[in-house]
Amino acid sequence: MTTPSVLHFRDVGIGDVPTVGGKGASLGELLRAGIRVPPGFAVTTAAFRQTVEHLTVHGEPIPVRVAALDPTDADGLAAATAEVRAVLESAPPPEEVARAVTAAYAELCEECGDPTLPVAVRSSATSEDSAEASFAGLQDTYLWVRGAESVLEHVRRCWASLYSVESVTYRLRRGVPETDLGMAVVVQRMVDARSSGVMFTRSPLSGDKSVVAIDASWGLGSAVVSGDVTPDSFVVSKVTGEMKRTVAAKTRWHRPDPSGYGVVETDVPAELQDQPSISDDEIAELVAVARQVEAHYGCPQDIEWAVAEAGASGENVFLLQSRPETVWAEKDRDRKAAPAARPFDHVFNLLGGKRPETSGS
Amino acid sequence: MPERSFPLPSQIEAVPGAEGWEAMYPYFSRFQPEDDQRFWFYNSMHFPEVMPAFDAITSEIPYTAIGANTARLFSFPTTLGIEYRIINGRVYITANPVLDEAEQGKRFAHFQERAGHYYGNWDRIYGEWQQRIEALIADIEAVEVPELGDLDPLEVVTGGRGIASNHYVRENFHRCIDLYSKMWHHHTELLMLGYGAYVVFFEFCKQAFPEMGDQMVARMVAGMDVTMYRPDDELKKLARLAVELDLADLFVEGTEPAKVLSALGERGDAGARWLAALEAAKDPWFNVSVGDGFYHHHLSWADDLTVPFAALPRYVEQIAAGEDVTRPTERLAEERDRIAAEYRALLDTEDEKGAFDQMLGLCRLVFPYIESHKFYCEHWFTTRFFQKIRAFGTLLAERGVLLEADDVFHLRHVEVEDALADVMLAWASGGTELGARHWQPIVAERKRILETLSGWSPPPALGAVPEALNDPAVKMLWGITQETIETWLGGEDDDGSTVRGYAASPGVVEGIARVLLNVNDIGQIREGEVLVCPVTAPSWGPVFGKIAAAVSDIGGTMSHAAIVAREYGMPAVVGTGVATTRIKTGDRVRVDGDRGVVTVVG
Repeated sequence: MTTPSVLHFRDVGIGDVPTVGGKGASLGELLRAGIRVPPGFAVTTAAFRQTVEHLTVHGEPIPVRVAALDPTDADGLAAATAEVRAVLESAPPPEEVARAVTAAYAELCEECGDPTLPVAVRSSATSEDSAEASFAGLQDTYLWVRGAESVLEHVRRCWASLYSVESVTYRLRRGVPETDLGMAVVVQRMVDARSSGVMFTRSPLSGDKSVVAIDASWGLGSAVVSGDVTPDSFVVSKVTGEMKRTVAAKTRWHRPDPSGYGVVETDVPAELQDQPSISDDEIAELVAVARQVEAHYGCPQDIEWAVAEAGASGENVFLLQSRPETVWAEKDRDRKAAPAARPFDHVFNLLGGKRPETSGS
Repeated sequence: MPERSFPLPSQIEAVPGAEGWEAMYPYFSRFQPEDDQRFWFYNSMHFPEVMPAFDAITSEIPYTAIGANTARLFSFPTTLGIEYRIINGRVYITANPVLDEAEQGKRFAHFQERAGHYYGNWDRIYGEWQQRIEALIADIEAVEVPELGDLDPLEVVTGGRGIASNHYVRENFHRCIDLYSKMWHHHTELLMLGYGAYVVFFEFCKQAFPEMGDQMVARMVAGMDVTMYRPDDELKKLARLAVELDLADLFVEGTEPAKVLSALGERGDAGARWLAALEAAKDPWFNVSVGDGFYHHHLSWADDLTVPFAALPRYVEQIAAGEDVTRPTERLAEERDRIAAEYRALLDTEDEKGAFDQMLGLCRLVFPYIESHKFYCEHWFTTRFFQKIRAFGTLLAERGVLLEADDVFHLRHVEVEDALADVMLAWASGGTELGARHWQPIVAERKRILETLSGWSPPPALGAVPEALNDPAVKMLWGITQETIETWLGGEDDDGSTVRGYAASPGVVEGIARVLLNVNDIGQIREGEVLVCPVTAPSWGPVFGKIAAAVSDIGGTMSHAAIVAREYGMPAVVGTGVATTRIKTGDRVRVDGDRGVVTVVG
């Protein structure tokens, strides 16, 4: 059975990374776990492949054209990739793909009761290779996109980013076949975020698994992720609920443009800067959700979240993405505490001073 | 960056007007020129006040016992004992590490055999320990000051004893000193090994859960033993009885104990029943020092009812209002077990969980001793000990050597023997003691010197900054770590309105500070104030019910006071080094028990 061009979050899970990418699969999985995520759909890797094979540059399908490029010819590569990107962004995709995306967006608008529903359009990588991801612009995120035309345009923009000079050079040098290339795009209802941020279900600083570490700031999460602002920090013990709270002076925020299209970056009003960007109730809700997600996946998570302007306290908390924490997962393997023959041998090991390894018990 | 350092011992001059203070202390407690090369810190946890001459025995004898335990009995591989020095009446200490690796190896073999014996037989040894310490307490209680009458009793002659009463003046005095020394050997007998077990678990927790507060480690093991809470529990029982007997109106904040007692005497049967209950509770549970048992003037509740009677009005009020003031032991135990289980569940492997179980188990094995020994040693025994010394002081006063009994505490213990010899001789010869002319001017001068020295703010540390501080006993017992030293060193930089220490009990409150340098002033504390003191002693527990927060100069997060503060759900910052010098009574302060910061806000 061929993969459809579009899959709703509710129809995918963590096993669907090859078709909907990491972000899409994770959002589907979160929904299955009963976590509140904004509704949306993924434009699948099948839609991407169908498009790049359908479109031609100088009479050749895009993958064929790119595979033939010489990675050592910088000027030639720059010109050729620019052509590919221009075609991807401007030439109409296959009728079937365009129809599927338009229909899925219309359905989402219907579901949310807004005919020009604002959405986030984000690339969703199938590869675990973070170097590739950064070259390929797989972190692309477009916020406050409205209307089917614009959604489609931003989907194509995400696709085009795979053909940046850096990305193509990287693939050619590494011998990654163009036919293996896959990328999905996630289209998700925009949360009208009053505050947002990221959280880890272990300390990103020390690796401590007994805490949830939340970074939060006013407005959209892009301000926190991009490092545009020093966020508030809340480190909450999973065991006792005790909290280390650092409220920062948050000078900048990312907000929806007053026109309703796109995002503007401005100064936070003076009276808000030193206020905590989330309430204690919201912190408690975030911690509860974080632990639920961690328990669902069985490993520490790195989570993006938003608190909506509207909605009852507790019901206004949304997760936008969750992925396994990887940095400390590596280091965990070095730890090696083990039971001793007798409990007090631990005392001997600690207080024994320096001595040959063999003399220990 | 200039090399950071504390003042050198040789740079500390005598406080003006207190010249000659050295005569109050033994020669071996004085700083030597070569001591400048070493790191010393002011042990204000145990010795928050100037040491009177006799009271210096509370540093001499404990360090004789502690060092013997670690250096000579159990052969701790990396440390010998503790050296102490007294300057301007304050006690500074340093540890003697074993640096030679071959020597460490040799000591380690003995350590395994000796410590292994204790750990392996802990419960039995602890059971026997309790019997031995109670026997020592009975011994000190039995010591008598001989009566020196005109003639010795006839039985001395008819019983063929042959030894006159004056002999027993010195023997019995010496017996007090000897028993005190034995008590300290027993005090340290299990303590260092107990701390060793605690440090192991602590280090494991800090490595596995770096964000875990120090207090959480204590919370997983503490509260197993009820001995140290008994005095407080007895007060609550007395408060309940006062309510039941319709005597609640007599317990009003600020009323002197003597007035309350005489009012009780006028309330017929009910008053008599309450007074009888008070007497029953006193022995042994009022043998608890208002300090930590290191000063003669830290009287016991039995000696001076100020502290218990300062706590009673609040308990009476609470009980009358139907509140349950009993210590929720079951809930505390459940909470302790829940916390431990949750941290355990967060560990990755079965191996780590196995190690955690062993270390926690060992900690819980040793903790009943760690929690209860203070009541037996520093409180019950030591308050009795000072009562006996005071009784010899009474003899010296009656014989005209001293003006009053408490003047005995201004003589060094070897000088007391001298003065007693004077009495023994004079009684025998029929002459007159010569001590009045000799000792009374000395006592007067020493009182004046102590008064002058008490205004001195001792630096938290002296000498060279150590490269690393890793002696577990030092780390745990005094709450001194590398971070503490950094805090003290960094203390110069801020504007003086901020004091940093250990976050001992979470929460943030603002309140009016009450700085108490002398624990006998504890009756001054009023509802809702922030207690600022050199050190918080366990027996202060009852007044914790009325204060908003506690701040201390020295102390670790496993100190009893920190545990009590957590139980009362009240913020506490301990180990600040300088709170009592930076903060004044009446200052409005903000105590942040989450971060360990105290700020003067007005």
